[in-house]
Amino acid sequence: MNAPVVISVENLDKCYRLNGGGDRPRYVALRDVITETVRGLGRTRKALAAGSGPEDFLALKNVSFEVREGEVIGIIGRNGAGKSTLLKVLSRITEPTRGRVRIRGRVASLLEVGTGFHPELTGRENIYLNGAILGMKRTEIRAKFDEIVAFSEVEKFLDTPVKRYSSGMYVRLAFAVAAHLEPEILIVDEVLAVGDAQFQKKCLGKMQDVAKGGRTVLFVSHQMSAIQNLCSRAIHFRAGEVVHDGDVHSAMRTYLQESVATNRFVRDSKKPHQGPIIAGAALYPKVKEESNLPDDTHCLQVSIDSPRARRVALEIRWHDALGGSLGFGALGTLDESQMLDLHAGLNELTIAFSTESFANGSYGLSLALTIPFVEFLDRVENCLTFDLERGASGPGTRVTEQKWGYGSLQIAVNLIKKA
Amino acid sequence: MTALDQVSRVSSVPDAEFDLILEAGGTERHYWFDLWHYRDLFIILARRDIAVRYKQTAVGVAWALLQPFLTMLIMTVIFGKVAGLPSDGTAPYPIMVFAALLPWMFFSSALTSASQSLVGNANLISKVYFPRLIIPVSAIVTSFADFLVSFLILVVMMAWYGFALGWHLLALPFFVLVAFLAALGPGLLITALNVKYRDFRYVIPFLVQFGLYISPVGFSSSVIKEKLGSGLFLLYSLNPMVGVIDGFRWAILGDNASIDLPGFLLSLGCVGLFLVVGVWYFRKTEKSFADIV
Repeated sequence: MNAPVVISVENLDKCYRLNGGGDRPRYVALRDVITETVRGLGRTRKALAAGSGPEDFLALKNVSFEVREGEVIGIIGRNGAGKSTLLKVLSRITEPTRGRVRIRGRVASLLEVGTGFHPELTGRENIYLNGAILGMKRTEIRAKFDEIVAFSEVEKFLDTPVKRYSSGMYVRLAFAVAAHLEPEILIVDEVLAVGDAQFQKKCLGKMQDVAKGGRTVLFVSHQMSAIQNLCSRAIHFRAGEVVHDGDVHSAMRTYLQESVATNRFVRDSKKPHQGPIIAGAALYPKVKEESNLPDDTHCLQVSIDSPRARRVALEIRWHDALGGSLGFGALGTLDESQMLDLHAGLNELTIAFSTESFANGSYGLSLALTIPFVEFLDRVENCLTFDLERGASGPGTRVTEQKWGYGSLQIAVNLIKKA
Repeated sequence: MTALDQVSRVSSVPDAEFDLILEAGGTERHYWFDLWHYRDLFIILARRDIAVRYKQTAVGVAWALLQPFLTMLIMTVIFGKVAGLPSDGTAPYPIMVFAALLPWMFFSSALTSASQSLVGNANLISKVYFPRLIIPVSAIVTSFADFLVSFLILVVMMAWYGFALGWHLLALPFFVLVAFLAALGPGLLITALNVKYRDFRYVIPFLVQFGLYISPVGFSSSVIKEKLGSGLFLLYSLNPMVGVIDGFRWAILGDNASIDLPGFLLSLGCVGLFLVVGVWYFRKTEKSFADIV
């Protein structure tokens, strides 16, 4: 641990100003400023003070840590925990509100693949453009041009505008440029999540090379397996604060514990409704009560509120962390005999599904009540999330048929209890 | 002692070991140096904008030629024929109009594109660091490409009328620079304001249209000077484009046109003032662009 400190973050705060509601844009209309001012003239100072002033939101709270040369650090935390804000401060995109950051060496940050790519320009032109945006010199890009092209596997389409590229080609080209950056400190946001599995593997390999080459890497990811493979240290953020800084395993443990608590969804049922609705749901790895179930099983509890007896199907869709469809499972949609006979009032269901076919990672779940092929009675998108972590997964191939446009997997679900 | 306790102390490593210190409100000593360091990005961004501009429209270059040419025709007919205003000296009216139209069109398109540039590149601003000044400046350079293209029309017109260019032309690059700076100052101001106040963009078309009427584009500024007298003409010269246009006419038409020196200096002063205010406001708000754009 005697390597020199290359990044020193001390008591860092980053404050964003919200205009009243969280959904409103951060910019304002001059028109509103003028009308507000004119209106304000007629108001007493007290009334003005009572009005909704700008609200402050602390995205980072008193964050301190040091990074030594050659360390590869994983940054984990739920959405909104401040990971991206930290990277933005470190890459000088936004300035700290309090505290300070000191950096030694050339920093390159990759917060997005293909920043500045222009659809009208050719692959070749975009390589130069993106390289320059990431801070490479023109001579540097020229020297590495062939390597970049070879890595991206798009030689044939170099002189085609990238708007004609498939999304896979686009991502490959974009990552290829980024992969050939040679900074002393590399800052990477969730970019490995894109592209197909083979390319992801290649990217991870490249990241590993970078890490082994003694360069310092800060790396945000939701893919615990990637963090585990690459990083020597992990920092876990929650609501803008560092909750754990140290070895990867303990950081992952605190992070995964935290996500379990949110695997619950409760519908705001005060609103009047006509048909059956999904009133609530909870998701948890199997517990003792279901001990007769195999390992790698998750249980899903669903409460359905129905004003009268109905026969419905329950559909479940699985997504990856980015919301891409992964799989589909149903009670009743594929097999009519499995349809649920709801009684009037609250129906409680417990459903088990196997997670054997899932890779390690984060997943989301959407639920829908339907009359199959006739109508959607109710649906809640991405209402539950879960993480799977069972140590590094080995290589393997699996071919499954893409049947319903819901994703590549059909996932069997079993009703184990109904009340 | 947990890992957390170890790191939440103020660092004991001295500042001298670091290249870069990021602090709230910290003025960046390296800003102008950085600007130079990122010159490759500037060149490439400008090239991107030019390439895209000429690729997207099928008529591309033709449009850059047609627009000023038609405007020149209309102005010649309205001001020269219908209103019967005199030209500068013996210069043909169309050439006199075109000598003003060149900088005017450059100015108006530069101002418009610079004003929209930050919001248009929001994606870049929120994802990478570079001196933000690069964006509006490269937008202006794009308009400069159009300016060079429309210069061809002037050459053709000169040949058509058999109008010779004199040594005055050597001063043209200087006036081009002034036109550039005249667009840059207000451009920086408006683009920075536009990040925060999104409805500011509605002001720009109005400003440009208004500017066309208060600048001597379709007619000679000597016509104005005659009507207003030299006192009021100084007031007229507060418009930076008056100086630029007079300069262009002088460089292209030679001794046919004359520059009113006090007026010209006043125009230059206004260019400088706008530039200082523009750069000041831009630098002041620059750091928060990524947070609001």
